[in-house]
Amino acid sequence: MANVIRRQTPAARLGRGLLYGVLILAALFYILPLVVMLMTSVKPLSEISAGTLLSLPQNPTLEPWAKAWGEACTGMRCDGIGGYFWNSFAIVIPAVLISTTIGALNGYALTKWRFKGSELVFALMLFGCFIPFQVVLLPMAQTLGWLGISSSRAGLILVHVVFGIAFTTLFFRNFYVGIPNELVSAAKLDGAGFFRIFWRILLPVSAPIIVVSVIWQFTQIWNDFLFGVAFSAHNTQPVTVALNNLVNTSTGVREYNVDMAAAMIAALPTLVVYVLAGKYFVRGLTAGSVKG
Amino acid sequence: MAALEIHNVRKEFGSEQVLKNVSISIDSGEFLILVGPSGCGKSTLMNAIAGLEPVTSGNIYIDGEDVTWRTPADRDIAMVFQSYALYPSMTVRQNISFGLEMRKVPKAEREQAVERVADLLQITHLLERKPAQLSGGQRQRVAMGRALAREPKVYLFDEPLSNLDAKLRVDMRTEIKKLHQRLGTTIVYVTHDQVEAMTLADCIAVMRDGNILQLGTPDEVYNNPVDMFVAGFMGSPSMNFIRATLEAAGDGYVLRIATPGEDDVLLPWPSERNVAGLVEQLDKPIILGLRPEHFSEEDVRLSEQAEGTLMEAKVSVVEPTGADILLRLPLGEQEITARVGPKCAIAPGERLSLRVDMARAVLFDAETEQRLA
Ligand SMILES: Nc1ncnc2c1ncn2[C@@H]1O[C@H](COP(=O)(O)OP(=O)(O)OP(=O)(O)O)[C@@H](O)[C@H]1O
Ligand SMILES: [Mg+2]
Repeated sequence: MANVIRRQTPAARLGRGLLYGVLILAALFYILPLVVMLMTSVKPLSEISAGTLLSLPQNPTLEPWAKAWGEACTGMRCDGIGGYFWNSFAIVIPAVLISTTIGALNGYALTKWRFKGSELVFALMLFGCFIPFQVVLLPMAQTLGWLGISSSRAGLILVHVVFGIAFTTLFFRNFYVGIPNELVSAAKLDGAGFFRIFWRILLPVSAPIIVVSVIWQFTQIWNDFLFGVAFSAHNTQPVTVALNNLVNTSTGVREYNVDMAAAMIAALPTLVVYVLAGKYFVRGLTAGSVKG
Repeated sequence: MAALEIHNVRKEFGSEQVLKNVSISIDSGEFLILVGPSGCGKSTLMNAIAGLEPVTSGNIYIDGEDVTWRTPADRDIAMVFQSYALYPSMTVRQNISFGLEMRKVPKAEREQAVERVADLLQITHLLERKPAQLSGGQRQRVAMGRALAREPKVYLFDEPLSNLDAKLRVDMRTEIKKLHQRLGTTIVYVTHDQVEAMTLADCIAVMRDGNILQLGTPDEVYNNPVDMFVAGFMGSPSMNFIRATLEAAGDGYVLRIATPGEDDVLLPWPSERNVAGLVEQLDKPIILGLRPEHFSEEDVRLSEQAEGTLMEAKVSVVEPTGADILLRLPLGEQEITARVGPKCAIAPGERLSLRVDMARAVLFDAETEQRLA
């Protein structure tokens, strides 16, 4: 917006100043919980009970972080949430990759290789985006039982993939609709087949929507609690479930600093993903099409 | 043997008939141009030839082989799309060689082909660029290059020049003509441009509503149209259609053009162009078709022995185009366009005597719009 022409009258400047003031206030208000969490997580317990929420830490310490990571009790076991943190990765990474890949192929097939009923398939997929998680808990548990993968990582990955495909398909379908069909026609005439066209023509221009899909799926699956608590055993729990257990396990004094540190640890990957790729996320969501 | 034969092809999208029984046959090395108003099914026909859309019924033969149900890749066809459809993530070089790569041509040969085509189209300096870094004309050339890198049995060009500016278009038109003369490959080409159609084609197919109305040489289609649609569609400015009545005069005919408030204009029909069917049209309304260039100034002698017929009218609009002057003038109930030489000194409102070349006039049935003579 640097090239908006506007005369700088005093009134205009005042208006600007007010606008920025309001925006900054809103931003501060928004970031406050995070700041409080961060501050609390580096305070010793004594300071927490003595001071207020907003008082700055006097003797910052990483003790609570270490404890949350390696020693805090989550239910019966007391080995922190570190292990569950890696559990989450072991679930999220394959689930994101698989659901994004399938979503991309679906979107490609639904737009560039239309078949009888492809619109219906897409409508049903879209419907899948609106199914509440709770509805499928029981049937899903039964299915996982039949498949012999209940309470396993594979089971959780499958659940997340199945649920994620509706969204990833939607993303890729809407993106590929904007890519001219002639590109595919030209490649067909050039002698390329279904996968070759996808790999050589479509995929190289799909970066924006891949970023969208990956971020979306990553945060959805990482932050999932319901499936995690329903379909995991104690050794396959994701970090969200472990965090909940940690906070709910009472051993005398409530260690707010450890709780906060654990919460920060659990939220960190999604934060990092947003900071690193958020720019592309917005860009990808708004990118209508790639002009041939 | 026909290089490309389209036999009774129909294409329906749902209940809509987009191609209704299209049959075309062209010989090897011929340049076929498809023209017709927007939405008449030209692109659909191209896609059917290329195998990108299955036909509902009918057959397509290339070099005598029935390819109706073959995949696009197996038909040995190269196509230039209206939108160019260059692969955005590939360089120009990769774009051109992709088709060869897919056909497992060895790398050295691919390189050779790229060089040859780049040389031909003068895009050698662009080979390492991406399509987004090219101008419209350059993209057009790359699109052409991608088709030319292979040596298919048939080239399909769907309005390849429509996105270019007027000057570039003329240049490219000449280049395409030269290319065709050099390569001698069969080409099917869609255009909306009259001049392109007339200058490039060995054969023009005029389409309307999924039908081929006329298939013939540019000369036939222009001078010998089968009906009013073809006559009006080809040529710019288009043919004048003048309401008239056919009357007997001696042993021949004369066309009476009723003019409100003035004497009727009488144009004798050349006796050498009498055809049997005309008798039935006597004293009935009829449509006389005259192209703007069938008029000329009185002092311009028509070629050969033809004298032409003189008529007089008041000029209402004068439009100099540079090369010649277009005059608008009333004739009967309608206003017509006449094309005269650039030297003609006439102002709007003046009366002018024009020579009409009735030997090239055409007659249509006023109801069916079919050609009578
Ligand atoms: N996939 C489709 N589904 C339904 N109708 C279609 C489809 N493709 C084309 N049509 C219809 O078929 C008709 C012919 O379309 P086509 O693209 O062949 O026209 P065209 O002659 O190439 O027109 P233009 O000169 O504007 O390119 C149009 O009425 C169009 O709406
Ligand atoms: Mg078209």
